[in-house]
Amino acid sequence: MAITIALPGALRPYAGGSLEVMLDERCATVADALGALAGRHAGVVDRVVDETGELRRHVNVFVDGDNVRWLNGLSTPLEADSTIVIVPSVSGG
Amino acid sequence: MAPDRTTPAPGDTLLLVGTMKGAFLFRSDGDRGEWRMEGPHFRGETVYSLAYDQRGGRHRMLAGTQSFHWGSVVRASDDFGVTWTSPERQNVRFPEDSGLAVANIWQLKPGRQSEPDVVYCGVEPAALFESRDGGESFSPVDGLLNHEHRARWTPGGGGLCLHTIVPDPSNPERMGIAISTGGFYRTDDGGRTWQPRNQGVRAQFLPDKYPEIGQCVHKVVHHPGAAGRLYLQNHWGLYRSDDWGDTWHDIANGVPSDFGFAMEVHPRDPDTVYIVPLESDEFRCVPEAKLRVYRTRDGGASWQALADGLPQEDAYETVLRDAMCADAGDPAGIYFGTRGGKLYGSADEGDTWTEIADALPPIVCVRAATVAANGSNR
Repeated sequence: MAITIALPGALRPYAGGSLEVMLDERCATVADALGALAGRHAGVVDRVVDETGELRRHVNVFVDGDNVRWLNGLSTPLEADSTIVIVPSVSGG
Repeated sequence: MAPDRTTPAPGDTLLLVGTMKGAFLFRSDGDRGEWRMEGPHFRGETVYSLAYDQRGGRHRMLAGTQSFHWGSVVRASDDFGVTWTSPERQNVRFPEDSGLAVANIWQLKPGRQSEPDVVYCGVEPAALFESRDGGESFSPVDGLLNHEHRARWTPGGGGLCLHTIVPDPSNPERMGIAISTGGFYRTDDGGRTWQPRNQGVRAQFLPDKYPEIGQCVHKVVHHPGAAGRLYLQNHWGLYRSDDWGDTWHDIANGVPSDFGFAMEVHPRDPDTVYIVPLESDEFRCVPEAKLRVYRTRDGGASWQALADGLPQEDAYETVLRDAMCADAGDPAGIYFGTRGGKLYGSADEGDTWTEIADALPPIVCVRAATVAANGSNR
């Protein structure tokens, strides 16, 4: 059992080109998973959350298909085999 | 267009143009009559800050880029834009315990000749960062980060930004910065403490028109040839100081409006300054829809309209605070870009103008450099 984090194309260069990262460690929440990810690929996490730990305004994170903004944000709980998908929002200028 | 892989020759002129959708580079020879464009670099990213650093024999371009989604980072190129760094960690970051997060990088300013590895960086929310490795990594300047006035600074239309950095070239302990809105601040002890220096600068939009702080300063320029000489374009108001900001005096003598953003000083003559007045804060376009640069040659006692080669009909243009600059040529080249995406240049100190590009994304930053064999400051 592992948590899967799927990365968008713009962030793959900061994860050695990987499309996704598997986390074997126990992660109770999305924040835990991002913390574990930061240990391996800090450049990815820099671009998903800002210095205060807040999810960047124009980044969306889905857990098993649901946007965490409509759940408990980065405190959204994970299952042992959850899939986290990080995507840029449709906003732009 | 693809990057130009030929190395510019000493004496060539470079224009670095930051837009809302990437950066563009222009090259010309010393005559500055023909320009070659390449770009966009950082496609789709906003580039509010650019710098060209020739200190210590390097030829380094610096760019503050902002992704709409992924945040901001300072990138560098040592090969005239053929390749750029892409730092893994975002290299301008507030300390976690500050409660602040970088929204945009507004200014990149190489330090003094005597400190060739120092680069300063101004960001939103208003803070100053310093690099001691030529722009690869940055640390906040604590004296300003923890300033007692921070809670009283309020965002202007562009956000709460530290957009202007003015090191004193002859005194390593002295530097000025400007914040919208907060005003002009100066340190005389190398950044440990900062004092507001806004005496005489009007705050049109406050009940107290001459407060200690709260002015919406749009740009400040300094000329090393005149000790203490600063010029300031305010949110309403044009000012000059001859004592490094201790006092300011109105110099809006004969301009159609003293509202505007852009300001640049001549590379050799401290009495020559360029501005682009805008009609008002409610209608931020050039007066009468005529695109005119104004130049003083007498330190602000009088201003002359410069319009030869610029559109004088139906030109609803806006020139933002960092979108005008000068090169080091003789005669000096003056350049500016508009929010409408037009880039203009003058090879004769503003007497005549030519259109260099007419359909770029909205221009927010223009920087010029005359390529040196090594070791120049502009």
